[in-house]
Amino acid sequence: MAPETAMVELTFSPLPAHVRTARLIATAVARRGGVEETLLDEVRLAVGEACSRAVEAHRQQCPEEPVRVELRDGADRFEVVVTDRVPDDDPAGSGVPGTPVDLVELNGDLNLGFAVIAGLADDVDIASTPSGVEITMSWPVKKD
Amino acid sequence: MDLKVNDYTTDDDLTVINVEGEIDVYTAPKLREKLIDLVNKGKYHLLVDMEKVEFLDSTGLGVLVGGLKRVRAHDGSLELVCTQERILKIFRITGLTKVFGIFDSVDDAREHRKKQK
Repeated sequence: MAPETAMVELTFSPLPAHVRTARLIATAVARRGGVEETLLDEVRLAVGEACSRAVEAHRQQCPEEPVRVELRDGADRFEVVVTDRVPDDDPAGSGVPGTPVDLVELNGDLNLGFAVIAGLADDVDIASTPSGVEITMSWPVKKD
Repeated sequence: MDLKVNDYTTDDDLTVINVEGEIDVYTAPKLREKLIDLVNKGKYHLLVDMEKVEFLDSTGLGVLVGGLKRVRAHDGSLELVCTQERILKIFRITGLTKVFGIFDSVDDAREHRKKQK
């Protein structure tokens, strides 16, 4: 009997090139899990945004530590959790200690990533903990 | 996927930048370098053709905004060609549809530019 929630877990070195890999895997798991085709673009983009932020935070603070992505295929929701290991990182701030410099350089002071995540994910929770930042996003699924 | 970035300048002094592929945290620096290079060469009126862009994230948006700031410092312009709904949606979410002129085609953008003169 299949478990009620199936999970795919991905860890990757904090390299920008791997963000695309994470996007592709998340989209594939979402599709298999029953997320509607019309929402897959949103999954792909939101996961990419969360992973980009984590990668840049790691590159500045702990380049040896991998970024972790959990993809949970539940009965009603497809949930993605992107976790970084950068303590005291301010996920919504910019221009403060702990802010990833490269992303600031590319993004300016706009902090558009969180605006995109908030605009795309059906449900979002951002938790800043002493061990890092955890971004949880989810979308509805339709099971046959 | 690699990002392809090519440009040409029209006879009305508009530099069209054709972008093809995925613009994300990995590839966006290439677009940023192109925009900086063009501004350094005195090209202050830019039109970024995004019809062949398959993916755009906030890093790409940031690069476009950075380019806009650079050309505006020289009284220039940076506008976009984009008809893809999935790309336009990102501009809408972030409110950047109010910042960039977005046209259906290069010809439309050039026509609009002529009327502005």
